Amino acid sequence: MNRLLFEFVESWRIAYAQLRANRTRSFLTALGVIIGIVAVTLMGTAIGGINTGFENSLSILGDDILYISKSPWIRDGDDIAYRNRPAIRAIYADRLNAIIEGMPNSQLRLAVPAGNSFRKIKRGDSEVDRVFILGTTDGYSEISTVEFREGRFFTGEESRGGRNVVMLGFDVANALFPDESPLDKTVRIVGQEWRVIGVFARQGSFLGIFSFDNQAVLPLAAFQKYFKGKSRDEAEIRVRIKDKEKLAAARDELTGHMRRLRGLLPDEADNFAINANEAFKSTLGPIQAGIAIAGLFITSLSLFVGAIGIMNITFVSVKERTKEIGTRKALGARRRTILMQFLIEAVSICVLGGIAGIAVSWLLFTAVGSAFPSFPISFSMNLVMIGLFISALTGIVSGFAPAYTASKLDPVTALRYE
Amino acid sequence: MSTFPRGPEDIPPMRPHGPLVIDIDGVTKRYQMGSEEILALRGVSLKIFRNEYLAIMGPSGSGKSTLMNMLGCLDTPTAGKYEFNRKNVAAMEDDELAAIRNKEIGFVFQTFNLLPRSDALHNVELPLIYAGLPLDERRQRAEHALAQVGLANRMHHRPNELSGGQRQRVAIARALVNDPSIILADEPTGNLDSRTGEEIMALFETLYEQGHTIIVVTHEADIAEHARRIVRLRDGLIESDGPSGLLRG
Repeated sequence: MNRLLFEFVESWRIAYAQLRANRTRSFLTALGVIIGIVAVTLMGTAIGGINTGFENSLSILGDDILYISKSPWIRDGDDIAYRNRPAIRAIYADRLNAIIEGMPNSQLRLAVPAGNSFRKIKRGDSEVDRVFILGTTDGYSEISTVEFREGRFFTGEESRGGRNVVMLGFDVANALFPDESPLDKTVRIVGQEWRVIGVFARQGSFLGIFSFDNQAVLPLAAFQKYFKGKSRDEAEIRVRIKDKEKLAAARDELTGHMRRLRGLLPDEADNFAINANEAFKSTLGPIQAGIAIAGLFITSLSLFVGAIGIMNITFVSVKERTKEIGTRKALGARRRTILMQFLIEAVSICVLGGIAGIAVSWLLFTAVGSAFPSFPISFSMNLVMIGLFISALTGIVSGFAPAYTASKLDPVTALRYE
Repeated sequence: MSTFPRGPEDIPPMRPHGPLVIDIDGVTKRYQMGSEEILALRGVSLKIFRNEYLAIMGPSGSGKSTLMNMLGCLDTPTAGKYEFNRKNVAAMEDDELAAIRNKEIGFVFQTFNLLPRSDALHNVELPLIYAGLPLDERRQRAEHALAQVGLANRMHHRPNELSGGQRQRVAIARALVNDPSIILADEPTGNLDSRTGEEIMALFETLYEQGHTIIVVTHEADIAEHARRIVRLRDGLIESDGPSGLLRG
């Protein structure tokens, strides 16, 4: 046991002496590992960033909200059939709430209607085009996770009365009111004047496609009064459930209620869709995994090239020091001693390369992080541990063949080698 | 052909011999050299006792080096008996041979074979590392061995900071440090000038006086004459085995 420890210490000492003696060679060899580790950690972080962004997006949708609409979010082809379904009406929300109230054991908490449209918002000479306008009721504040930068949500009275009040998304407010608070100022939407009563805090975007900060929320009654072009009563219904662990039960219950509201017979198929963010999870999960596997595979090729460099230089080192190996064997070094010596030499180059690679990655992350603060990358302790583990593993894998060759050398031949 | 005592019972009284260390009987060694098969040893028998001072001589191709590798447990015989301290070396695996070399044999090479980047002390410590000794004991024994060869003030010099004679002394200290049963020197003066060579041979003489067992392999007759017994090889066989001129007077 002691002997193994002393041999181990001796091996590190030899490795250190070798690295010092062949600085340029060691550095060039380590460079392959450095590049490999940088590539792998960058790719790993990018994949982590994609996943984090994805999770953030889904959490804005809410994991305890069911969305009732005509068609499912992830469609499987026949769009026309979905489009020809009867509209989802805002009034369903009131009916659902009535049902929920009558059922103490209901898995559902609250239904809220939400009509939407993309419109221009103006204020004086400045305007923002294609803002997502959401018409809803005061119940929306109970199902949304949104927070306010300033101001408040509209009251039940404002909601029912269809007053011209509006809450602006973060980006919309900043674009129209760059230097002042928008509260109690007016903006123009569809030719009407609306008083700003609140501004949302920054929310971010959904998968980088749809920005939640580019929206405005106003009372559904006012929305139905002024926004033409769509069936007045058409809306999406958002239903908050009581327990997100019982999503499936809640969905079944809601399906039952909706079939009743739609007057469907038992043998008729659903003519509505109930969506939840898990639909995205199950669809995007495999895509995410595909990106991760392909990305890591391609980047690990560079690490593989680095590993070949290590293997090559270790073979050279064994060849150069054949006589030394012979001497060590004559003095009593066993096979495993020689094997360990060269393995540790390879591992030490790899680990040094790995540490340097992690340092380079850290610099890159810091640079990217300060240049693009919203970019979801993070440098974690995990990454350091994984980076070191991978580099040590690279050393073991690439050093094994040459080290084994060295350990099998015949001492007589090795001693005679010049 | 001179005859030399083959057992403890008929050893001349001038020097007390210890127990049997090496017992070789009818050893052969066959090599494959390309397509040619070489019979380097054709049946060699040899007994070496503790505290003998023995020289092995012979021209190149005589099997001298092969016999030395065999004695040093660097190689095993193709056929025949080889016992080292009554242990059957002929049947040993690589790692068992390594253990014997580590504990029982001190090698001294013509080219010194020191580790160039280590100082004298660490070079001498090396066999003790492989023996699994703790650091402070290694230090102590290595320092003692270096003092024995007169290098107490050169412990932290690297080989390239030492003269040829000093390097060979470091190598001898390394051979001594594990207190081996035999010291096996292969042309120990081959890379040294004759004056330094004489100093090294004087050191061997001292070690012999202290009770060490010394085997010197050489092709130089005047070096061999330092030993008490000379074994001559020719064509893979022992040609003669008898006392050196020193003993014959």
